[in-house]
Amino acid sequence: MAVKYDLNEREVWDGNFAASQALRQAQVDVVVAYPITPSTPIVENYGSYVANGYIDGEFVMVESEHAAMSGCIGASAAGGRVSTATSSQGFALMAEVLYQASGMRLPIVLNVVNRALASPLNVRGDHADMYLGRDSGWIQMGAFNAQEAYDLALCAFKIAENHDVRLPVMVHQDGFITSHTAQNVYPMTDEAAINFVGEIDPVDDMLDFSRPVTYGAQTEEDWHFEHKAKQHKALMDSRPIIDEVYEEFAKLTGRKYNRVESYNMEDAEVVIVGLGTTVETARVAAEQLREEEGIKAGVVAIRCFRPFPFEDVRDALEGAKAVAVTDRSSPGGAMGAFFNEVSAALYTTESRPLVTNFIYGLGGRDFSIDEAKRIFKEQKAHADAGHITTDIQQFSGLRGPHLGYFQTKRG
Amino acid sequence: MQDLKLKANENRGLHQLESGKDLYGWDEVTQGSVLPSFEGDASKIAHLKAEERDYSNYNSYTATVASWRVKKPVFNIDVCIDCQNCWVWCPDSSILSRDKQMLGIDYDHCKGCEVCVEVCPTNPKSLLMFGENEDLETALSQWPEKKKKEK
Repeated sequence: MAVKYDLNEREVWDGNFAASQALRQAQVDVVVAYPITPSTPIVENYGSYVANGYIDGEFVMVESEHAAMSGCIGASAAGGRVSTATSSQGFALMAEVLYQASGMRLPIVLNVVNRALASPLNVRGDHADMYLGRDSGWIQMGAFNAQEAYDLALCAFKIAENHDVRLPVMVHQDGFITSHTAQNVYPMTDEAAINFVGEIDPVDDMLDFSRPVTYGAQTEEDWHFEHKAKQHKALMDSRPIIDEVYEEFAKLTGRKYNRVESYNMEDAEVVIVGLGTTVETARVAAEQLREEEGIKAGVVAIRCFRPFPFEDVRDALEGAKAVAVTDRSSPGGAMGAFFNEVSAALYTTESRPLVTNFIYGLGGRDFSIDEAKRIFKEQKAHADAGHITTDIQQFSGLRGPHLGYFQTKRG
Repeated sequence: MQDLKLKANENRGLHQLESGKDLYGWDEVTQGSVLPSFEGDASKIAHLKAEERDYSNYNSYTATVASWRVKKPVFNIDVCIDCQNCWVWCPDSSILSRDKQMLGIDYDHCKGCEVCVEVCPTNPKSLLMFGENEDLETALSQWPEKKKKEK
């Protein structure tokens, strides 16, 4: 029996500590981990909870992130509740095994503390690692602060282990800005948390000796396509179940999450679409612009990056005139991936707002309120002119001469 | 020809590993391509011999790879000393043995790798490679004599 952990109604936790407390309360059976900045404290704290008797679990230290996710697959296939954490280069090394986990439909929860990918080496937050996971078949949810890192980690187990989902889930938070900033966090009691998450009810577990199974079968051109199609459908079908879990969580805590979050969107004409901590900065900028200059600014944030909320993002943005989609990842010779996805959704609307792409904040470069305001004002200029007046893709917050690409053919 | 279905139950080697057969749609494949090995409750089968187990169609027991083989090992019971070396070394569990008595070869799963011949310690060897279509009688009639030690 685990030792009781004393919790206050309000705690001062950073995002890493918050995520590790969610692992403790969900009574995770196995964490297989290899440390990497800035995600290390999540697994380090879990290890200390095990060592100090706060949880009956197993902490397995391995030689690499590739081995960490492989160990998670073994423990999850055996039937346990399994989690780990990583960032950046560790995430990249895990990439091969991420596809194995989702293909085998194993409900592992991976806490990803977003960090830039080298080269040049950088430990700070951008979304390069998160983007690397976007085709891996995992559900990807984004936390914008420490409270959400805690809340979404609890929701993640409930979503992943649901028998109609059975898919691994990543909970993302921004490196340092969320992971190392201590904030007020309102935790659930241990009892309420485990009652919400529930006990894992394993599927095809390898410790069921009455029904031995093969994991990791080989399928060639005659079967592979069907298996991947079934997996894609499971991911698409997880959308209403994610909504249900968010709903149930709201009833218990009063904190309601949505796969797409909208702020000041009732009458918004100019919009920033963002991910992660950028959302909170953009919200402040939107409020200030409304007060100071009467600009009808709003913010749309993607809570659930995968499965991509094509319909919800379209519904949220349909009334807007000009939309800035912000990509915090080096686009590698294309438009930002997030821009492409939002644009594809908007292309199927009647209104087809003007959409531009901002590459910003790479390697943890600060995204300021002033920068958000400037982006809003550019959108206002597009809206007033009726066409895009700048390059469609621009680098924002970059030193040196202007860097941007492509001009509109409309208007 | 040696008994090709030695100690086999009904579904051993039933399926050829060929593509484009028995295909069905994405909605019917197993979740996560996880494949059960047995039909029904398998909790009490650990002590049963292969031919007594109820293997599912997903188990390799029910598939044959005989077509991969160009040469086959032939077993000569008159020379064999039941040392079980071939049983230990066979990489595909294709040596059939009961109560430490060598019986023969599972020709549904043997791939003709010749390891059993290599490790056989008898003189002459109790397992030798022959053409895939050679029958047992002809093979045995060609069996070499015991080699004399050279002085």
